[in-house]
Amino acid sequence: MQKRLLLNSVNFDITIKRLCYQLIENHDDFANSALIGLQPRGVFVASRIHHHLSSILNIKTIHLGHLDITFYRDDFRRREIVAPSETKIDFEVENKKVVLIDDVLYTGRTIRAGMDALLDLGRPQKVELLTLIDRRYSRHLPIAPDYTGLQVDTIASEKVKVQWKETDGEDSVWLI
Amino acid sequence: MSLLSTPHLIGIKELSRADIDLIFSTAENFKEVINRTIKKVPSLRDITIANLFFENSTRTRLSFELAEKRLSADIINFSASSSSVSKGETLIDTVNNILAMKTDMVVMRHPNAGAALFLSKHVKAKIVNAGDGAHEHPTQALLDAFSIREKVGDLAGKKVAIIGDILHSRVALSNIFCLQKLGAEVMVCGPATLIPKYVASLGVKVETDLRKALEWCDVANMLRIQLERQDIRYFPSIREYIMQYGLTKEILNSLSKEIIVMHPGPINRGVEITSEVADSSQSIILEQVENGVAIRMAVIYLLAS
Repeated sequence: MQKRLLLNSVNFDITIKRLCYQLIENHDDFANSALIGLQPRGVFVASRIHHHLSSILNIKTIHLGHLDITFYRDDFRRREIVAPSETKIDFEVENKKVVLIDDVLYTGRTIRAGMDALLDLGRPQKVELLTLIDRRYSRHLPIAPDYTGLQVDTIASEKVKVQWKETDGEDSVWLI
Repeated sequence: MSLLSTPHLIGIKELSRADIDLIFSTAENFKEVINRTIKKVPSLRDITIANLFFENSTRTRLSFELAEKRLSADIINFSASSSSVSKGETLIDTVNNILAMKTDMVVMRHPNAGAALFLSKHVKAKIVNAGDGAHEHPTQALLDAFSIREKVGDLAGKKVAIIGDILHSRVALSNIFCLQKLGAEVMVCGPATLIPKYVASLGVKVETDLRKALEWCDVANMLRIQLERQDIRYFPSIREYIMQYGLTKEILNSLSKEIIVMHPGPINRGVEITSEVADSSQSIILEQVENGVAIRMAVIYLLAS
C-alpha cells in the first residue's frame, strides 16, 4: 500500500510549537500543572513538548511524568500481552491540572486505561488530553482530545506511524 | 512480548533463562505498583484463582493471596484441615469440584512431591506450585534470586551458600536450579546427614563446615531445620546443631568480607540464625517478603495471559 506523508519535519515542528502555545493559554506558568506521557509512544510527545515549553517559558520546573497502562488494558487475554514499561511520576498528581499525552488517538481505549491508571495515583484537579494525531470517526469510547496536532480521516486497515528524530532519524508522520 | 514457555509453574527446572528474566522484569513493574498509595491494578478482574493449601503455611499463602488481590482476581481459599479431604476425597476430585465452580487457576501447596505436576496433567486449569513436599518451591526461589539481584546486581559469578536442612528442603532444590540458571555458583552446607546423597551431581559444592562455607560465599541463605519432616533423628541435639551451624554475629564479624544473609522463613530464632543476625543490616529477610508479593503477581499475571 502507498505511504502518504501527513507531516514532514518542518510542519511537525510547527505543530508541536502550536500545541505548546495552546497549553500555555490554559496553564500559564505550569505551576500547578503536569505533563504525563503514556508509555510507550506518548512519552516522546510529552518529552518534546516539555522541552519546548521549558525553553519558551524559561522555566526548568515543569512537571513531566511517564505512565504505563499495561495493567489497566481492557484487552488482557484477548490479544498478545505487551511488555509493561516504567511508570515514573515523581510528583503528586493530587489537585494538579494534568495533561495526558499520547501520539495517536484511535479507539480511545488506551486513554480510558490511562485515566484509570492516573486516578489510581491520586485525584487531579483536572485532566486534559493532548494527542499529536487524532484519527476521527474511529472511537469505541466517548473520548475527545482537548488539544490536537492534526486530525486525519482514516479507515481501519490504515496505520498512522509517528517517527521521531531520537529513534527514527527524522520527525515525521506517515499514513500507511 | 513473548510469554512464558510453560503453561504452568511446577518447578524452576522447567523454566528457561528467558522465562526467569521475563518474570523478573514484570516483577519490577509490580514492585512499583505495590509501593503506590493505591496498590492495586485491574488486570485480572475476570479471573478466579483457587488457593489450595494441603499443608500449613502463613507467609506463602498470605503472599499469594495478596498478590492475587492486588491484581484484582477473585479468590477462594481452601485448607485441607477444614475440608472434605479429611472425609476421603481424592485430590483430583477435590480440584475438579473447585474447577466446576469456574476457577481459572489453582495455586497449590501439598505435602507430596509431584502433586502439582500430577494435577497439571489431570485438570484443566493453570497450576502454580506453592511447594510440593521436598521437591520444589519455585516462587520462593524466584523471589530469593530477585532479592539477591536487587542487592548485588547480576548473579553471574556470584557465590551463594544454602545452609541447613538441605535434605528436607524444597527451597534448596528450587534455589539451586534458579541460581544456576542465572549463572551463580551454589554450595550447600549442613550436617552430612541432612545433605542428600547425590546433590553434588547437580553441580553444587558440598561443605559440612559452616565457617568454610561462609568464607566462600557472597550470600548465605539460611534454612530452617524441618523437624516436622524428620521421622528419625539426623543429629544428636538441637543444641549441638546450634553450636555447629547456628549463624551468629560473632561469626559474621570475623569473616573477611560482608556477606548478605537471607532466610525463607519461618525463622527459628536462636537456632539456625540468632536474632541479632536476623535483624541486622546484612539481613534482607524482610525485603524477601516484600519481593515475594511482586514476584507472585508477575507469575500469576504472566500465566493468566
